[in-house]
Amino acid sequence: MTLLAVKDLQKTFGGVVAARGVSFDVARGEMLALIGPNGAGKSTVFNMVGGQLRADHGQVVLDGQDITHAAPQKRFRRGVGRTFQVAQTFLSMNAVENVQMALISCRRRSHGLWTPARERYREKAVELLAQVGMAEAADIPCSALAYGDVKRVELAIALAGEPKLLLMDEPTAGMAPRERAELMDLTASIAASRDIGVLFTEHDMDVVFGHADRVLVLLRGQVIAAGTPDEIRRDAQVRRAYLGDEHALERPKGPDPA
Amino acid sequence: MDPSFLAVQALSGLSSASSLFITACGLTIVFGVTRIVNFAHGSLYMIGAYTAATLVPRLLELSFGPVSFWAGILASAVIVGLIGIIIEVLLLRRIYGAPELFQLLATFGVVLVVQDLVVLVFGPEDILGPRAPGLRAPVDILGRRFPSYELVLIAAGPVVLGLVWLLLRRTRFGMLVRAATQDRDMVASLGVNQAMLFTGTLFLGAFLAGLGGALQIPRVSANTGMDLSIIAEAFVVTVVGGMGSVPGAFLAALVIGQLQAFGILIFPKSTLVVVFLLMAVVLAVRPYGFFGRAEVVGATHTVGIASHKPLPGRVYILLAVVAVLACFPLVADAYLLKVATEILIFALFAFSLQLLIGVGGLVSFGHAAFFGLGAYGSALAVKWSGASMEAALPLGLAFAALGAGLIGAFVVRLSGIYLAMMTLAAAQIIYAVAFQWVDVTGGDNGIVGVWPATWASGPVAYYLLTAALTLAAVLLLKRIIDAPFGYALRAARDSEARAEAIGLTIRLHRWLAFILSGAAAGLAGGLYAFSRGSVDPSLLGISTSVDALTMLLLGGIQTVTGPLVGAAALHFLRDVVMPLTAHWRLVLGLIIIAMVLIFPRGLAGTVQHWREERA
Repeated sequence: MTLLAVKDLQKTFGGVVAARGVSFDVARGEMLALIGPNGAGKSTVFNMVGGQLRADHGQVVLDGQDITHAAPQKRFRRGVGRTFQVAQTFLSMNAVENVQMALISCRRRSHGLWTPARERYREKAVELLAQVGMAEAADIPCSALAYGDVKRVELAIALAGEPKLLLMDEPTAGMAPRERAELMDLTASIAASRDIGVLFTEHDMDVVFGHADRVLVLLRGQVIAAGTPDEIRRDAQVRRAYLGDEHALERPKGPDPA
Repeated sequence: MDPSFLAVQALSGLSSASSLFITACGLTIVFGVTRIVNFAHGSLYMIGAYTAATLVPRLLELSFGPVSFWAGILASAVIVGLIGIIIEVLLLRRIYGAPELFQLLATFGVVLVVQDLVVLVFGPEDILGPRAPGLRAPVDILGRRFPSYELVLIAAGPVVLGLVWLLLRRTRFGMLVRAATQDRDMVASLGVNQAMLFTGTLFLGAFLAGLGGALQIPRVSANTGMDLSIIAEAFVVTVVGGMGSVPGAFLAALVIGQLQAFGILIFPKSTLVVVFLLMAVVLAVRPYGFFGRAEVVGATHTVGIASHKPLPGRVYILLAVVAVLACFPLVADAYLLKVATEILIFALFAFSLQLLIGVGGLVSFGHAAFFGLGAYGSALAVKWSGASMEAALPLGLAFAALGAGLIGAFVVRLSGIYLAMMTLAAAQIIYAVAFQWVDVTGGDNGIVGVWPATWASGPVAYYLLTAALTLAAVLLLKRIIDAPFGYALRAARDSEARAEAIGLTIRLHRWLAFILSGAAAGLAGGLYAFSRGSVDPSLLGISTSVDALTMLLLGGIQTVTGPLVGAAALHFLRDVVMPLTAHWRLVLGLIIIAMVLIFPRGLAGTVQHWREERA
């Protein structure tokens, strides 16, 4: 069943067309990867779905509701959770307080002036941290965590809003290869168990072909191919798009780290 | 209206625009390259005026003529440029990476130091400079006399603009300055000698400030108030033009010059208000001025309170504090009680600022506005409606909260240095109103006869009242800082993108923070008015805002108790050091600079850090 429907999205910056006629769907529980060479318009499309950019034209429909012009805050309330290319957490707070903050906001308690924030929804927050394997680090400040762990906390924050759709912008950028596979395995299992649709951009082809149910390829702002990882790997047009790195889409030799 | 009058008025507007542009141009170039808003730019302007007013007459004695005069002006500007180099090497170089609040405070420290040094070097008297040889006779403009020196000034602005343009476009140094203004990191990674570039920029900036000051000597005598009056106007010009943009500064100076020249006809008493209102309107429409660009806010800009484990036994600590406060009158005499009352009031004032800066990351540089609004609100209630203290205090608080709501609505759209400048401008508008609306506010003399109710009029009673209200307000604010609201403010400070992505309405939270903080500062202001029996415009001045910031800095911006410790420390320093020296500003300025350079955690912050290191 369709969760996210993107129809004919268009965006130009000055004279440069960053996205043109981009349409695709994400189903519940599906992991859809958005790939393309640098400058293909991945981030533009991604930020139009996330609300950080305004679309010039087109429609973004989440679960039957038009969110094309909604602010990021409103999209969050409609069920969009997201992580950022460079992990965004609250560095002055503990890991658990980060998740508590998201829970507080989700339940519209952020104007509370009396009950201390650290007493609010702590159990639920620790539970979310446990799901991403970070329960032991609950009381460690985010500024003292390793980057891979910060990414996990960020995932827990995104999950706190009980999203229907999870947006992950280059979720494994800046992580070690082993951590990458672990984070994506974790994301896939959470998405499957909660029936969350996941849209992610990624440069690491191992991650893309190891974890995506479907792949969408952008080139110069347009969708040039969409399909299962195997279909994409065989697509002649996609191969041309990655010309200069002809083997970019082949399975790596040797044992698969995923 | 008489056309000749309009022409003369427009011409004098042009000449003040020229002077303003020359000075502001230096400020905006320095900001563009170093990203430091140099408060001391006005001091350099003042040094330029004093130097020229002293140097030029000597040169004219040696050989009377235009050559000596203009050579003296240029020499003064060069001397100021060299002073700029000294400031860069000794101070600015060490704070390029510091949070902007520290940069503003450190350069304000230089302002204080220079104020005393100028009196030491040039003496306390104003110095009237000579008139320019060859330009003494007025010229005839449509039948009206107009000073010919002003015509030279009108030409000087475009000439300086042209020369600066040539320098920036046609020289290697200028290319580097433009490159650094666009992307400082990129220039650094290209292997450019940054130290030389920054020192050169400071020389150019200081030279222009000195030139601006030196050119004033035939019009106004060099005086010790020049620095703050010009810096306020230069800030407006750079902010309206867009920080870092030279053409922007020129355009803004033109607009402001004309606005002042003709504003005086429409609102004879409120030229200051008109200028700052222009800034408010421009920033409301274009948050980065005419030609400015969005600031890239780096991680270094957020210093503030972080989460800590609740202190063990904090209930007992609180009880001990209450006991000490309550028992203090048993051992203290009337003078000590007066001092303690003032410390408590300023502790509350500084603490209210901590909610904005330490928690929200909102560097408010005009917090005196809310303190002053509270004080004036209470005083006006007493004077005009004969309100009792019990009614006047809440009225003052409400007045300040209302003002904070109004100012906050404007500034929450801004960020970083623009927010600091806008809050400063807002405070200056209110200062100007209090200063110039003599019929209502009593002008410079202020309002007297603001006495507490009889039951609270003794030193002991008023001390206890202040202690109780301060304690209650501080505990309430502390509670709010720990509550979801305070956490939401911190969340928006740490990462706006993340805060939005979890559905927090950042502007609304920040606006409410302004109101809460303003209300607390207003309570402090009201208490202060009744403790002294009077109010005057200085309560709204820049130095009151800086006092609050200094207390925060002394105590430690990263701690909740910091402002309370800082208020006590600053008062202690004042009471101990001020009687010993005639150069209090020099001492205070050096203390502020030293704090920024070697002790940025502040007193409470250092103790807390030490405790955590041990744990």
